[in-house]
Amino acid sequence: MTDSLFFFLASLTLLCALMVVISKNPVHSVLFLILTFFTISGHYILLNAQFLAAVNIIVYAGAIMVLFLFVIMFLNQSQERVRTATISKFAGVTAGGLLFIVLVAALRDASVQTYDPETFDSQIGMVENLGKVLFGDYLLPFELASVLFLVAMVGAVMLGKKEEGEKHF
Amino acid sequence: MESVDLIYKTIYILVIFGITLLIATYSTYAERKVAAFIQDRIGPNRAGPFGLLQPLADAGKMFFKEEFIPAKSNKALFILGPGVAMLIACMSSAVIPFGDMLIIGGREVYLQAIEVNIGLLYVFGVVSLGVYGVMIGGWASNNKFSLLGAIRAASQNISYELAMGLSIIAILMMTGSLSLREIAAQQAGFNWNIWYQPLGFIIFLVCAFAETNRTPFDLPECEAELVGGYHTEYSSMKLGLFLFAEYINIFVASAVMATLYFGAYNFPFMHELGALISDDPVIANNVITILGVVVMFAKIFFFIFFFMWVRWTLPRFRFDQLMKLGWQILIPLAILNIILTGGGILLKDHFFN
Repeated sequence: MTDSLFFFLASLTLLCALMVVISKNPVHSVLFLILTFFTISGHYILLNAQFLAAVNIIVYAGAIMVLFLFVIMFLNQSQERVRTATISKFAGVTAGGLLFIVLVAALRDASVQTYDPETFDSQIGMVENLGKVLFGDYLLPFELASVLFLVAMVGAVMLGKKEEGEKHF
Repeated sequence: MESVDLIYKTIYILVIFGITLLIATYSTYAERKVAAFIQDRIGPNRAGPFGLLQPLADAGKMFFKEEFIPAKSNKALFILGPGVAMLIACMSSAVIPFGDMLIIGGREVYLQAIEVNIGLLYVFGVVSLGVYGVMIGGWASNNKFSLLGAIRAASQNISYELAMGLSIIAILMMTGSLSLREIAAQQAGFNWNIWYQPLGFIIFLVCAFAETNRTPFDLPECEAELVGGYHTEYSSMKLGLFLFAEYINIFVASAVMATLYFGAYNFPFMHELGALISDDPVIANNVITILGVVVMFAKIFFFIFFFMWVRWTLPRFRFDQLMKLGWQILIPLAILNIILTGGGILLKDHFFN
């Protein structure tokens, strides 16, 4: 049951992710990206990490993708197609192919680490356990990440701040 | 899961779904009656006794209107928009505990469709998705006014989600759980969260108005500026679905407010009443639970009435006022509320332990 569900979700994820790249219309791309986030949340639920699944939906599908859609809807008012030069197509194919080769070479000898059934805790992804780990073992990285966010926020406010004497309305 | 449980869950989910739709249907009737009462009119009184069949007449009218899809619109997304709005609106009532548990034949039956330990986050996630129906529909209409309505909806929802999330965090700090069943159970009797979180409740209430696009925050469908807002190009039942989704959202928002702040199915002296009714704990429990469901729905109806009351009392905000309220007043207030709550919890631990 879980196996077939995993394969169904995995193929759906790959399909949606492909459609993000293939779609001609940027709005369609964004909508497929949202679907991809949903399928990834499905994977999290299969891994019994409900908190991560919910936060993934709230943060990515609920907030960041709304902003993406917001911006694209503003930009996409003209219907003209962007023409791509042949040389840039070749460059894209070459770069993508090289990346693919590197990935295959890197992953060829990789082995998946299996878990030990003796010590495995299926409740590790629950909110309480995650909170204990984040505020215990990984306190410093967690706090540093929040400082990073604060810096980004202050930077954004600085950039968006009106200059002295500037009036828009 | 046993098959009995599965059958029970299926029936319960269908019942909740039906109740949601029924309440949304009759909210349209209630809205007109409340509006009529506030404006000293009579309101709908032609279809059936007291106009009670008016929602059916409206639905019939909606279905027989012409299905109109504008030329040069994105047809697939144009049809998808109202569907997404409706789907997402119906999703969130799944985790709301409408009652405690019944004991039937020794089996504990919880009056909640699914119990997840992240129930509150689930509701929050579904609410944050609610804007997609509006955005997709508004953009696919290929109409500047629809697009402006959709963009207003997006920016408004994102802005008010922040304050809403921050006001919920204060509740989480007090209860220490994300499960709605747990939060409801902790408010037993008259120990409701509203007594500890009045500021948080006011912030949540304002944000709920903004998230459901209700007056005074119904800028996405502001007819004075945007013709009809995001559903300008919609007709027939596709428009009906958008309007219907709004009423379902009001129902869900009311249910969440009742659960988080007004004690869900709990009412004062419930345990004393249970002891008074019967010595048999099973019968006492069942009577109290059924009374609890009635109380829960009474609270929900009160909040739905409150939504309508505000709609017919307050005028609409201007968009820059709306943004200013969200970012410069509600978010700092919500952060202050978190700090006060944290201080209160620490003081309580310090003095009363």
